[in-house]
Amino acid sequence: MVTDSTEVLSLQGVQAYYGESHVLHGVDLTVKSGEVVSLLGRNGAGKTSTLRAILGLVGRRSGSIRVFGQECVGQSPHQVARLGVGYCPEERGIFSSLSCEENLLLPPTLSAGGMSLAEIYAMFPNLQERKNSPGTRLSGGEQQMLAVARILRTGAKLLLLDEISEGLAPVIVQALARMIRDLKAKGYTIVMVEQNFAFAEPLADRFYVMEHGQMVMSFAAAQLSEQRAQLNEYLGL
Amino acid sequence: MEIFGIPSQALFGQLLIGLINGSFYAMLSLGLAVIFGLLNIINFTHGAQYMLGAFAAYLGLTHLGLSYWASLLLAPLITGATGMLIERVMLARLYKLDHLYGLLLTFGLALIIQGLFKNHFGASGMPYAVPPIFAGSFQLGFMFLPKYRAWVIVMSLLTCLLTWYVIERTKLGAYLRAATERPELVQAFGINVPRMITLTYGFGVGLAALAGVMAAPIYQVSPLMGTDIIIVVFAVVVIGGMGSILGAILTGFGLGLVEGLTKVIYPEASNTVIFLIMIIVLLFKPAGLFGSEK
Repeated sequence: MVTDSTEVLSLQGVQAYYGESHVLHGVDLTVKSGEVVSLLGRNGAGKTSTLRAILGLVGRRSGSIRVFGQECVGQSPHQVARLGVGYCPEERGIFSSLSCEENLLLPPTLSAGGMSLAEIYAMFPNLQERKNSPGTRLSGGEQQMLAVARILRTGAKLLLLDEISEGLAPVIVQALARMIRDLKAKGYTIVMVEQNFAFAEPLADRFYVMEHGQMVMSFAAAQLSEQRAQLNEYLGL
Repeated sequence: MEIFGIPSQALFGQLLIGLINGSFYAMLSLGLAVIFGLLNIINFTHGAQYMLGAFAAYLGLTHLGLSYWASLLLAPLITGATGMLIERVMLARLYKLDHLYGLLLTFGLALIIQGLFKNHFGASGMPYAVPPIFAGSFQLGFMFLPKYRAWVIVMSLLTCLLTWYVIERTKLGAYLRAATERPELVQAFGINVPRMITLTYGFGVGLAALAGVMAAPIYQVSPLMGTDIIIVVFAVVVIGGMGSILGAILTGFGLGLVEGLTKVIYPEASNTVIFLIMIIVLLFKPAGLFGSEK
């Protein structure tokens, strides 16, 4: 099939558990090469768990998760990452015992074609100024940029971004939005989990809405106006 | 010559012994700190693994004719490999449980290993000759410094500094530091963290075995040599702060010297001074002198 070759990520009937608690109940999701897809939903709907399930960071998972055509259920997180996945966790995950530049250089190269350090510093001049500061001494905005920037170096072409706009000043949120557009123009495939619909709205090609560990809606950006009433209901806007 | 009413010969002699003991405290507590940092396990088998290093050297010499130099290389490798086996087969099953389980398992292993060796070799020590190249001593003017002891101090300092450098200043060390903080995220970046944990445990154990080989010509090779030293080493680790690399090194050498000094000034307290310091440090800085609260 022709469409399969462009499918970068595909989840079918994914169930996930943390110990006894069942967090994903049959999640289906498809992302094509070069798309920006936004995962929406209220707190606790299962958005973060979906990203973590893709990487194998949940306790147990079943169903089918294919990344660049490879089945990932049963693989360890580092094996999934090596398929070319870059992950930016919600809590940013900046290492306090590493300097800013050490944080930036930490994730190993997964494939050729990642951005060079110079390109990253051109995109985020702040990080160059603070390169010798301990990672957690950076401001919230700088830490967020660092968390995203460090996965751009690795050559990962599928980026899983969890709430990157959360708790940041408007000017930084705008900078991040510019960055997403740049990355899309460069051909990256992006799955972004967002609580902040206003941030995701102008950026995403398609939207998925989650509730209670399931996908309850999915639509393309062009269908947004006709879906808005139902979307608002799900998001509680 | 006297210093503060103490004959300088006695003072320097005890300080030297302190520095030698400190060399072993530093190497052992360094291994414990590295292991605790990444594995979150308090490795009570450490003393037994130090003893295994010394025995590997002793048995290598008596059965295979291996030189001191060969043992210095082989004993840490072999003992480290047994450590990696222990990690894979046993410790790896405990990471999701409370600290206490790792402590109990490693404590039990130490008892079993020491029991087996005691059963086979008896409790009395066996001598291990100082390598011929280190026979004799240096005349420093104010004291004699046996060549082998000078070697132990230099070797221990180099090992500690090299370990510190690798952990704090290299890419490999950055992986280790990062995985100590957030192992899951480091693995999600594509690094095989479980393998890194196995190698780290092997390294820590190898460090203990290296200390054991170096100790063989100074103390005797005995199944209980690890039990004696490990209690003090745990006090050193508590004082320095769990998981702090530099803290483990400095506290190891420092407390060795304090112990030596106490032997001159008030010999009755020399066995307890480290524990007194431990109590004081725990009262005022529970995370240790160089530790940070987690």
